[in-house]
Amino acid sequence: MRIEGHAVCLPPDIDTDLVIAGRYLRTKDQSIWATRVFEDLDPTLAGRLRGSVIIAGKNFGCGSSREQAAVALKEAGVVCIIAPSFARIFFRNAINRGLPLAQADLSCRDGEKVVVDFSAGTVTAGDISREIPPLSPRMLEILAAGGLVEHWRKRG
Amino acid sequence: MTTLSERILGAPAGEYVDRPVDRAYVHDGTGVLTLEAWLALESGEIACPDRTYVLFDHIIPANTSTTADLQHELRKFACGAGLHFSDIGDGICHQLMGEGTALPGDIIVGADSHTCTLGAFGAFATGVGATDMAVIWASGSTWFRVPETIGVFLSGRLSGHSEAKDLALTYVSRLGMDGATYRALEFIGDGTTHLSMDSRMTLCNLAVETGAKTGLCYADAVTLEYLRSFGEIVSTQAPPSCTYEQELDFELEDIIPVIAVPPRVDTILPASELCGLSLDQVFVGTCTNGRYEDLSRFASIVRGKKVRVRTIVAPASRTVLEDAAGTGILSDILAAGCTVIPPGCGPCLGAHMGVVGEGEVCLSTANRNFRNRMGVGGEIYLSSVSTAAASALAGEIALPGGDE
Repeated sequence: MRIEGHAVCLPPDIDTDLVIAGRYLRTKDQSIWATRVFEDLDPTLAGRLRGSVIIAGKNFGCGSSREQAAVALKEAGVVCIIAPSFARIFFRNAINRGLPLAQADLSCRDGEKVVVDFSAGTVTAGDISREIPPLSPRMLEILAAGGLVEHWRKRG
Repeated sequence: MTTLSERILGAPAGEYVDRPVDRAYVHDGTGVLTLEAWLALESGEIACPDRTYVLFDHIIPANTSTTADLQHELRKFACGAGLHFSDIGDGICHQLMGEGTALPGDIIVGADSHTCTLGAFGAFATGVGATDMAVIWASGSTWFRVPETIGVFLSGRLSGHSEAKDLALTYVSRLGMDGATYRALEFIGDGTTHLSMDSRMTLCNLAVETGAKTGLCYADAVTLEYLRSFGEIVSTQAPPSCTYEQELDFELEDIIPVIAVPPRVDTILPASELCGLSLDQVFVGTCTNGRYEDLSRFASIVRGKKVRVRTIVAPASRTVLEDAAGTGILSDILAAGCTVIPPGCGPCLGAHMGVVGEGEVCLSTANRNFRNRMGVGGEIYLSSVSTAAASALAGEIALPGGDE
């Protein structure tokens, strides 16, 4: 699996309240989450996420278990998130929603081209490359299916 | 030579295992997405309805038509499918599960990050997202990576007005917001055995604020006595005989009242350094600090006095509220001028029942002070119940026992 996108840089410890605020949770309209994503961090960010690879600091997705955070990012067009570490519930949620995550400590320049190659186990931003630990076979299967629901239905 | 997590999950740290779960629960917030994902699975019936719980606590009673419609749909489904269901006003999901349902050795999953609260019973209890929960509804099981464990050694007893919450904020500060990511915390030592179950639940509740998968206490005589009061007869768990990946030590006599300053749970100051900070709201409650012990402590400080700032008190469950009414502490709280709201999460997540306004400062006994969490532009300071009580009386941050 190989993913390309433009870098969007974010600081460490991005909590899921910041990804999608509690006041927007009571709906099933996923387009609302896509437009409100990161509103309290930077209201202009949602418009720049289509085709992006987020390169964040450590502990991305900490806090609440709200799966709307992963859905919001995917719906807004984020194709992958790279961070030195992820909060574990967010990690599972993102994979379950078909949003790939890569663990690496990578310096970030906004807009730079980023390539994530899960088969080769590398991420490259500009001319800097880092190795990434492999995702478990199960997680790769879920991602390949497009998410846990699709994975489950395929398995029957 | 195994940790409690390894013992319960039956495999060494680092291994991936599939395990049936003993209890699985969602609330009105995460239940909506869970139901949506579950319907998309088209998997027939819920695998274990007798182990599956839908507990309304997040936005209760419903605040808007949209919320009401979503709750109506979930309520209808839960009752139709024969799941355990508790409606508005019964209490916070973690508290309800902690009133005689969560048992030592159980594997418990909840679609809420603070499911770790139930580790207080010697259970492996952890939060999952909605889609994971949907597959658990369909299959009755899920996968876990058995976590490495950090041993948190507690010795001695808390003194003065210091509470388990002060200890919890102190260990979160020591570890940092990602200091235990992917790991479990085990609370051990004689200091743990001196803590009540209400206090242990507070201690385990904050584990996720360090990134931990869960926090656990070994079931002992205190656990047994507590569960016996709910009609559950269980055995103690053999004390730890393992080595930990990392160890932390706390002398409980040294724990002082502290406050986590916005916007991070791991940034604490001694409460004494914030005395005089003007407050717009005090909030006492949540899955961290809304239990009977908390309300009793709060009442003992405000009894016969009047609060000088709007103060919201949310009992963690109907049982807590009924107990508080029965013993008279509810009357003390009301007579002090506090507003008591229905058992549930209240304004903790900024949805209703006490959202704060732009520029307002709230002192809360909850577990998160993230930016805008309780309302856009509001600031959240986190403290113990005693500090919240003293501050409510002063209208500004004040130390418990300051007027003694």
